[in-house]
Amino acid sequence: MLDLNIRGQVSIVGVGTAGCGEAPGQSELELLAMASFNALKDAGLTLKDIDGLATANLNAAMWPLNVVEYLGIKPSFVEGTNIGGSAFIAHQKPAMLALLTGQCNAVLVCYGSNQRTSTFGRRERGQARSLLDPNLFDEPYHPFDPPSSYAMMAARHMHQYGTTRRHLAEVAVAARKWAQLNPEAFQRGPLDIETVLKARMISDPFTQYDCCQVTDGGGAYIMTRSDRARDLKKKPIYILSNETAVWHKSVSNMQDLTVTPSLESGPKALKAAGVSIKDIDVVQIYDAFSINTILALEDLGFCPKGEGGRFVEDGAIAPGGKLPVNTNGGGLSCVHPNMYGAFATIEAVRQLRGEAGERQVKGAQTALINGNGGTSASSQSTSVLGTDNTL
Amino acid sequence: MNSPNTPPKLEPTVQTYLDQLRQGQFLIQHCTSCHTHLFFPRRFCIHCTEESLEWVKPKGTGFVYSTTTVRRKPDAGGDYDVSIVELDEGVRLMSTVQGISPEDVKIGMRVRLQILSAEPAPNKVVFIPEELTPQGDHHA
Repeated sequence: MLDLNIRGQVSIVGVGTAGCGEAPGQSELELLAMASFNALKDAGLTLKDIDGLATANLNAAMWPLNVVEYLGIKPSFVEGTNIGGSAFIAHQKPAMLALLTGQCNAVLVCYGSNQRTSTFGRRERGQARSLLDPNLFDEPYHPFDPPSSYAMMAARHMHQYGTTRRHLAEVAVAARKWAQLNPEAFQRGPLDIETVLKARMISDPFTQYDCCQVTDGGGAYIMTRSDRARDLKKKPIYILSNETAVWHKSVSNMQDLTVTPSLESGPKALKAAGVSIKDIDVVQIYDAFSINTILALEDLGFCPKGEGGRFVEDGAIAPGGKLPVNTNGGGLSCVHPNMYGAFATIEAVRQLRGEAGERQVKGAQTALINGNGGTSASSQSTSVLGTDNTL
Repeated sequence: MNSPNTPPKLEPTVQTYLDQLRQGQFLIQHCTSCHTHLFFPRRFCIHCTEESLEWVKPKGTGFVYSTTTVRRKPDAGGDYDVSIVELDEGVRLMSTVQGISPEDVKIGMRVRLQILSAEPAPNKVVFIPEELTPQGDHHA
């Protein structure tokens, strides 16, 4: 087996977003392209520098081709794996290997969605998908997915570990408090625990506040080898590790509804990065639903299994708490254009660069990103990023 | 040529399962090689990688492994239950518990399988709390 030490050998050198929230009239390609444009400007690069592409989409069967054509690039490395919203984190390791083996020199990871304002949005795509990719064994029961699947995970966690709706509400309120510090966040209004608890149920035990936003938005970032990154415009943010685990598709085939694939990807990523949980200054967890944050904190090792609810009590992950989690406001309050992985990565980079304004975690040197994909934590991908102090 | 709105023809294993369901039988698979049960239906055993699966009729009893009430406006049909049921054979499936109000479905509740006629679609496997059912043939 090839023994390749990839820790810190590849960096993120540019990040960009576009149309986060509502972007009426813009296509998914346009949102992706404008986010990519902003990432290129951020890095001080042009499209001519891009010879690697990582992207995914929920409508097109051969999406990398759409992107290649729109941007007019001819990449020698393409990563089009779609395992849900974790994809844009899971793309990192294949891209790192491609960069380090000389297959390419600059990889653009990019995504765009207009699911909120498009005339062919979430609902229409769901209907088309049920013909192209039916689930004959779940569909007769009409789960309102993804909420229902994650709701059953939450219900099981509450049953086994005494987690409460108030614990779930703590996650939603913490995300909102971070969002209030982020001018880019879509939902910045006041929110307290009682409002969450009294809100109308969608799929028990979830109210609307336990569920991520449905927004438009584009997100992109650029990766190069670290030796080259040092000559670019912004200070490089080093990828110390990336590990992915993929366990199932439907919640009915999930082995234990309280244990996610992060139990595999998390410890592997920490080990490869040579850090422990105590070294992590800021955490970005793909919070598709409030329960995701609790499950990830447990499976990544921030607290023992079953203690996630108690861990988040009393604003522990909110601004001023013991662990800064989802400092942009997360999928719950900042932005959630269907697949969120790129946005978690972008926020981690902004924090490590010290560009996060009012929500900046002072002195953050090491960040953990945890992606989630599929309708029931089907795939998860964990990365550790660091500044040059962590090398 | 089929219209693009016509679902594709199903693979034989799934077709067999649905044909049995149409005839009022819910069958799962049992591996004659490693003696595990399997659901949903597949071509070979994913536990021992042998082509040794036979159709068997489960006892029809199990428990609610997890559950949610999907909220829906009354004029659209009202709230309904979605549950994951674990059969005593050890396999799980998504289903719905009927016969009680959705909010009264609880994790751990013992349930018994019933086949619900659903024309023209294939019949549907649903569950009712064991305490509400007379002992006997769940395929009755």
